Amino acid sequence: MNQPETTRREVLFAGTLMLAGVAVPVVVRPARATPAAMKAEIAKLVGEATVTQSKVKLDIPPLVENGNTVPCTVSVESAMTPADHVKAIHVFNEKNPQPNVISCYFGPRAGRATVATRIRLTDTQNVVAIAELSDGSFWSASVEVIITLGACLEDNLI
Amino acid sequence: MTRALINVPAKARRGQIIAIKTLISHTMETGFRYTTTGERRPRNIIHTFVATYNGEEIFRAEFHPAMSANPFLTFHTVATESGTIAFRWTGDNGFSAIEQAKITVE
Repeated sequence: MNQPETTRREVLFAGTLMLAGVAVPVVVRPARATPAAMKAEIAKLVGEATVTQSKVKLDIPPLVENGNTVPCTVSVESAMTPADHVKAIHVFNEKNPQPNVISCYFGPRAGRATVATRIRLTDTQNVVAIAELSDGSFWSASVEVIITLGACLEDNLI
Repeated sequence: MTRALINVPAKARRGQIIAIKTLISHTMETGFRYTTTGERRPRNIIHTFVATYNGEEIFRAEFHPAMSANPFLTFHTVATESGTIAFRWTGDNGFSAIEQAKITVE
């Protein structure tokens, strides 16, 4: 474990504060994004355009043990020519504190519209990838990921 | 001390699509965690990554707190000419790191 558990010293410290009449602040979980917040964020990106569920491949293991590092690969079918290429790939989530994860910007010099990275997921949720093409169209893919240990749970107290 | 690992093929044929892998050590503190005394730990993340090929931008990424610690990226580019591929990470609290790799195109 790289995150230490609450130690005896910390418990004693909090106890001492209470004895001294100092209010020990209650740790509040951060507010979470909701599916609606994610939709709003996506709407901000695409505007009036319609998003079609095709062309994009979102590769995430369906069952993840540790939400702190979830391997995530997004690839889009595209010839990547100056006339027809992928301009950007965006990844969104439903339940993390914020709906955005990553935005990547490409040009025809990329050759292949693929990006692989590692992300944090706090809970079992849908992850959405959206690709923006040079002709202004938007394409997407969505995957439900089951998380057994979320990214934020063990980190609330450190 | 920032450590970054870069994987760029040393040689490539002209027009070949090459994969570039980058990894940089950074805690990527989300800004949503608290200390035992209830204070919020301030956000400290890398928010921008840019790759340039002989000075021309080939890839850019914007990171949000939902990126894992030690951000890892794999992306591609077309090997056009011999030269330098440079990488720049920019983050909160004035964080900045620059790395570069040489490539020979035949």
